[in-house]
Amino acid sequence: MQAHRRQTLWLAALIHRLSGLLLAIFLPIHFLVLGLAIESEAKLENFLRWTENPLVKFAEMGLVFLLTVHLLGGARLLVLENFPWRVWQKLFATIAVGISALIAFGFLFRVM
Amino acid sequence: MSQSQQHLTVSVWRGKSEGAFQDYQVPHLENQTVLDIVTWIQRYLDPTLSYRFACRVGMCGSCAMTVNGTPRWTCRTHVSKVARDGRLKIGPLSNLPVIKDLAADMTAFFEKWQRAEARFTPTKTRLDPIEQIPPSSPARLAASAAIECINCGVCYAACDTVRWNADYLGPAALNRAWTLVNDVRDGGQDVRLRAISANGGCHNCHSHQSCQVLCPQNLNPTASIAGLKRLTAAAFIRGGLK
Ligand code: SF4
Ligand code: SF4
Ligand code: FES
Repeated sequence: MQAHRRQTLWLAALIHRLSGLLLAIFLPIHFLVLGLAIESEAKLENFLRWTENPLVKFAEMGLVFLLTVHLLGGARLLVLENFPWRVWQKLFATIAVGISALIAFGFLFRVM
Repeated sequence: MSQSQQHLTVSVWRGKSEGAFQDYQVPHLENQTVLDIVTWIQRYLDPTLSYRFACRVGMCGSCAMTVNGTPRWTCRTHVSKVARDGRLKIGPLSNLPVIKDLAADMTAFFEKWQRAEARFTPTKTRLDPIEQIPPSSPARLAASAAIECINCGVCYAACDTVRWNADYLGPAALNRAWTLVNDVRDGGQDVRLRAISANGGCHNCHSHQSCQVLCPQNLNPTASIAGLKRLTAAAFIRGGLK
């Protein structure tokens, strides 16, 4: 990585971009599954059974992380751009990643 | 003195946009700055090396270069802080064309200050009484926080939005515009608001804060730009940006 990018808030911007991109890719798949419910109950059942697979649960944990980190990161940017400047940007970005990881692990514990 | 026997291997950019890094052996002295190194090379090894400096004390803003991948003011950057394993790599500022060797062409940088209307528009003459501005007024405080820019271009070279969008005005020009937005004596506010909210203006900033992290004057262009975003958004809602 280029030297001028090695700083917390540049990484925060990168995580925000990537999580947004991955969530956007996930969304049509999500709608496709919802579509299954209308199409046929059996197909949906089959799919839901497949999601019981621990590997899928693990991937779902990743999704929960992406969603939380994107949400909190977005909240930080909204506050940054719409309210007077606050000096705690780095701290908040780090906390956002920490909280997201905790929530994602919490999710995994509940479903496993 | 054992100090003077130590040497640094310094790779310096030679050429224009096409060129190559060339290695020089330079004695490593105590309290040496990166600018000292460049000067030593030019004095003792290669008088054709081109670079720019003036004050040598961090006031004029003309000595910025890329040091080991990071833009820095070289006259106030100690070698001991940035050298890695006795090596230094010095190139011209990025995001700007190269004139020759370490001298970047600052034309685009300063043209963008003009495009951002980042210049004072007077409303009074010398015959008018001097405007009284309370030092504690919010606008004066906001301007003061951003005013000490030395036009070095470090933030401009560190900004990835500039790198990706040649049209973007950049942190320094927008930071200067913010000081003027907060100057009650200025008469160019409407034109300026339009200029900074147009394409390439403040709304292009991604708030990476690389500009703030590296500004040698410890300014915070991201905060200034956030101020401009709020101001232009409010003006847009009021219908004042037509
Ligand atoms: S905060 Fe804005 S101006 Fe500063 S480096 Fe990031 S994109 Fe550029
Ligand atoms: S804002 Fe800071 S880094 Fe940018 S030109 Fe001014 S002094 Fe240099
Ligand atoms: S030579 Fe003037 S700021 Fe470095």
